[in-house]
Amino acid sequence: MKLDPWPFVTAAYAIVAIAAVAMSLLSWRAMRRAERALEESRRA
Amino acid sequence: MPKPWFVPAIHALANPARFLKIARPLTPVLFWLGVALAVFGCWAGLTQTPPDYLQGDAVRIIYVHVPTAWLGMAGWSGIAISSIAYLVWRHPLARVAAQAIALPGAVFAGLCLVTGSIWGRPTWGTWWQWDGRLTSMLLLFFVYLAYMALVRADDDRGGDGRIPAIFGIAGSVLLPIIRYSVVWWNTLHQGQSIGLTSSTIAMSIMWPLFFTLAGFTLFFAAIVLIRMRALIAGAKAEARLRRKATV
Repeated sequence: MKLDPWPFVTAAYAIVAIAAVAMSLLSWRAMRRAERALEESRRA
Repeated sequence: MPKPWFVPAIHALANPARFLKIARPLTPVLFWLGVALAVFGCWAGLTQTPPDYLQGDAVRIIYVHVPTAWLGMAGWSGIAISSIAYLVWRHPLARVAAQAIALPGAVFAGLCLVTGSIWGRPTWGTWWQWDGRLTSMLLLFFVYLAYMALVRADDDRGGDGRIPAIFGIAGSVLLPIIRYSVVWWNTLHQGQSIGLTSSTIAMSIMWPLFFTLAGFTLFFAAIVLIRMRALIAGAKAEARLRRKATV
């Protein structure tokens, strides 16, 4: 039986997009947190 | 003997202050240019190319699968090169670079496995097969996880980063195995279809792949820079607090 490829194509693109967005947000947040900690250590 | 041209450049960049001066403005440029190219490539791959005569529309997964595979492997190459630089020159920035590459490398290796599995179901009729290419890529994904655990354990014990660096170099033995697995073994995975000078894929199908390859590569570089900046800031803050505690 030949499967409809579009649900597979959509799933592949969606997973890549979600992972890319999640990794960007997590990395950005980690950087902001570390740079804030550096600023606070300067003031302390 | 004269030094190769890139050695002075590496030494110059190894200064964290100089590195940050370049990395801060470069990060958003790489990130947004990468996102734009990747989004355009994906849109073109989904709407502007013909279906494959054998695989039909399932071939469109190639535009995300190939970049994730390339970056999963390129990421480990980056870890290995940074590890060599750290062991040879003791540049702390090389250690930071290797640590920063680990997470995006693992994510892209994992995405390669997932998108490959999704592609396999409609084309091969199976989600997974223990063949040479798939199994060696899965091993690389586990090696990434082991490397991240090792880096954390080394940091917790106040290690100098030599053991993760040696692991980073040793792990690169997997790269030629992945690359040549489709040549050495009779695998379900297709043989090499894209080379540096030639390709067996028609240009009418392949052209958006250049955009997604370039886009995801720039995006990967931006994520590495963001993570390097986080690691450098974290280390500086910790060192400053420790200094103040001892005064």
